[in-house]
Amino acid sequence: MSLVWMLTLSTALFTVGVLGVLLRRNAIVILMAVEIMLNAANLALIAFSRHLGSADGQILAFFVMTVAAAEAAVGLAIVLAIFRLRKSVNVDSLNRMKW
Amino acid sequence: METLVGIVAAATALIGAIAAVTHRNAVVGVLFLVLNLVSLAVFYVLLSAPFIAALQVILYAGAIMVLFLFIIMLLDLRREEERESGLLQKVLSVIGGGVFFLLLWGAATGGAAPAAAELPEHFGSVESIAVALFTTYLIPFETISVLLLVAMVGAVLLTRKGGR
Repeated sequence: MSLVWMLTLSTALFTVGVLGVLLRRNAIVILMAVEIMLNAANLALIAFSRHLGSADGQILAFFVMTVAAAEAAVGLAIVLAIFRLRKSVNVDSLNRMKW
Repeated sequence: METLVGIVAAATALIGAIAAVTHRNAVVGVLFLVLNLVSLAVFYVLLSAPFIAALQVILYAGAIMVLFLFIIMLLDLRREEERESGLLQKVLSVIGGGVFFLLLWGAATGGAAPAAAELPEHFGSVESIAVALFTTYLIPFETISVLLLVAMVGAVLLTRKGGR
């Protein structure tokens, strides 16, 4: 498993995440796509950490995981609050702040 | 053997990710995302990061995905028909995604990578990670614990019934 293959897989996963954010309208699925992107970045970090023989990448991946947990908690809380208010989690219907 | 495991894990990771973002039912999507996360954990083991792999299974596939499932079931999304995004938006997104992939892939693999370094002993073990975490990275570690506390308080505050 060379570095190039790992980076290719990481890029492909990140692109899947980007497409998920662009194509889906369900706020929860969009949050899931963001998680996929964070994981793709983690994979690249750990692949580089292995390649360079330094544990720094693994520590950074650990921090990314923690931030992802915080992001999921706050993001899902916002989705829950919006659903209570609007009875919908469709991001297209949330256009009140759009000019 | 290692290559075979890697290929299978890469395939399941990709399939899991694609199915997670395309499946109509969000509950099934979350389960596919768990598949994706577990196959990434296999990768972390292959890349000599067993501690991160364990965290990935416990924290991600366990805690965060249960949180997602909990919210999806709480919201009862069955009644809601998902309105599709328009055709123009779809075509533009796929083109943009393809260009993005090529750019990122070219940037990531185009340059000459330094030669693979020799791994120090106990690389990626809990002990070596813990030593680095509590010496070099002590301040970021403490900061991230405050971040988690803030996120927890924020989540409780946001979901409290009856406002203010």
